[in-house]
Amino acid sequence: MNAQKTLPSYLEQSQQVRERFDRMKSREVILKVKSLGKTFETQKRETVALKDINFETYRREFLCIVGPSGCGKSTLIRILAGLETQTSGEVLLQGKPVRGPGRDRGMVFQGYTLFPWLTVKRNVMFGLEVNNAGRLEAETQALQWLQLIGLEKFADAYPHQLSGGMKQRVAIARALANQPRILLMDEPFGALDAQTRTRMQAHLLEIWRKIDITIVFITHDLDEAIYLADRILVLKPHPGEVQELIEVPVPRPRQMDQFISEEFLTTKARLEELIYSSEAHGEEGEEPYPMMMRLAEVGDNVE
Amino acid sequence: MTRTRWFAVHAELSPRARSLLGFFSFVLPILLWCIVSYVPAVWHPLVLITDPGSVDYFQPDMRVDRATFDQETADATAQNRALPQGVPANPIYLPAPHEVLKAFYTSFTMPPEARDSPWLHQSLWHSIQVIFWGFVISSIFGVPLGILCGTYSPISRLTEPFVEFFRYLPAPAFGALAVAILGIYDGPKIAVIVIGTFFQQVLIIANTTRKLDGALVEAALTLGTKNLQLLSRVVIPGILPDLYRDQRILLGWAWTYLIVAELIGTTTGITWFITQQARYQHFANVYAAIFIIGIIGLGTDILLGLLGKRLFPWDRTVKA
Ligand SMILES: Nc1ncnc2c1ncn2[C@@H]1O[C@H](COP(=O)(O)OP(=O)(O)OP(=O)(O)O)[C@@H](O)[C@H]1O
Ligand SMILES: [Mg+2]
Repeated sequence: MNAQKTLPSYLEQSQQVRERFDRMKSREVILKVKSLGKTFETQKRETVALKDINFETYRREFLCIVGPSGCGKSTLIRILAGLETQTSGEVLLQGKPVRGPGRDRGMVFQGYTLFPWLTVKRNVMFGLEVNNAGRLEAETQALQWLQLIGLEKFADAYPHQLSGGMKQRVAIARALANQPRILLMDEPFGALDAQTRTRMQAHLLEIWRKIDITIVFITHDLDEAIYLADRILVLKPHPGEVQELIEVPVPRPRQMDQFISEEFLTTKARLEELIYSSEAHGEEGEEPYPMMMRLAEVGDNVE
Repeated sequence: MTRTRWFAVHAELSPRARSLLGFFSFVLPILLWCIVSYVPAVWHPLVLITDPGSVDYFQPDMRVDRATFDQETADATAQNRALPQGVPANPIYLPAPHEVLKAFYTSFTMPPEARDSPWLHQSLWHSIQVIFWGFVISSIFGVPLGILCGTYSPISRLTEPFVEFFRYLPAPAFGALAVAILGIYDGPKIAVIVIGTFFQQVLIIANTTRKLDGALVEAALTLGTKNLQLLSRVVIPGILPDLYRDQRILLGWAWTYLIVAELIGTTTGITWFITQQARYQHFANVYAAIFIIGIIGLGTDILLGLLGKRLFPWDRTVKA
């Protein structure tokens, strides 16, 4: 990779990008994570999943969280959602500490979690209905959301009749219909094929542009993180700690052809450096994969 | 569809193959029964006397061992007496299919032998009522308790160990007790069915409830769903198709307790009919009555299955 030498630093930002970050930081802080720690206690041992995590997210920011497998990304986002309680530290949403799950934080999971017994429309209405919106009101709003994600034709279909990508779109609509302050997404496109995934990414950016929502998005796909994020929070494992909070220097609006731009490549190089250096330590308690003896015939070589 | 595909693990069968195989699952045992009944070379350990000849203790329509018959024939031949005549026959407790079929018809059309004893359909109706009330009473308590146990761990720990213990106690053992408390009529019978069903019901439904995908509950939580709403809007609708399937299986179990239950106190219902017919050695009628129980049981289950398909259109686990 001799191109790498000529790449500018990922810290360099164009005028336009710097102005955008200034604009972002002039908005209020919506989510504040203060010295957050989480220790899992099982019979045999304690796992420190997260240790002293600090960061802030501004309103309408798109924050991605990346890190090697097992570094505590899911644990972090589940604490933000209120599905898990931290062992130390604090999460503040608009200045108020988070206690348990609530409608102010929507979540989209990696697995498909649409309610199979409800039609697409009723799924989107669910949050509104449990929060005491009238049936008619909920229905009108749900149809608007379905229109936004382009699935109004499937309003009366059941989830099992949808493809994976469609299911995740409905899950996004279901979360957004509640008008949360913040949308938490844990590898939402992880189970989708490459093409659907690319389309979903563009679609998500489109939605994010149009409505007042802050997104915290977990992924292990570095391209996805750079393509989507304003800033990328890089975690390192054992214990899960913040390694760096990177401001992505790629200008918006984002396009596919930016994948080969200098800003993109230099950011990716930095992410790889961070992640592979921490991954080199290997997972805790994990031994190197064993060397395998040769079972194929001598002379029958594939490489 | 090729033969190898048929024997793939969990092979998908075409609708035609499914109904064909289902048909044969009934035809094969009936065929076996026909062979045993109508082919004299198969089994037929007895001889049905048509003419006693010179054997004084033989009578027409009497069934004797083949060995006895051969012995008497040999003796008669040696002494030049008139030979007894007979045809190979099966024991009286194994009537032939056509006899049972005939009994099936006549038991509905012939008035009962003893005066003011009930007709078969009246006995049956009585049995169905006992089953119905037993199952309904058990379900009224068992289903909600099972759902609560499967949802809330403290309730589960407070209830299930005892239920687990109690379900090993044979329900009929409570028969005498039930008579002492509830009298000799339908009360104790229903009680035995309730005892036999309830404890299994709680455990099975608790397990079904626990199998609900936790991610659905978490998704509902992040949408702002609170305590009781979680139960009514997520847990119950989420388990409903499985709960329905459990109830169908449990109803089948309730039927298996029927006969014991009906022997308690004054014998009634289909059990009374069966014991009565067996006493007169009308075994064809006994078989007919037993088969009717099977037909009613299978019939309700098929109907409930079809109903389930309409009730739960999202349920993918039932075959279309
Ligand atoms: N319920 C739990 N009990 C015990 N340990 C847990 C529990 N949940 C997570 N952990 C541990 O915490 C650490 C972080 O897990 P987490 O699922 O948050 O990682 P992750 O970054 O989301 O991984 P991946 O990229 O594979 O999804 C892991 O070492 C895991 O074993
Ligand atoms: Mg994870």
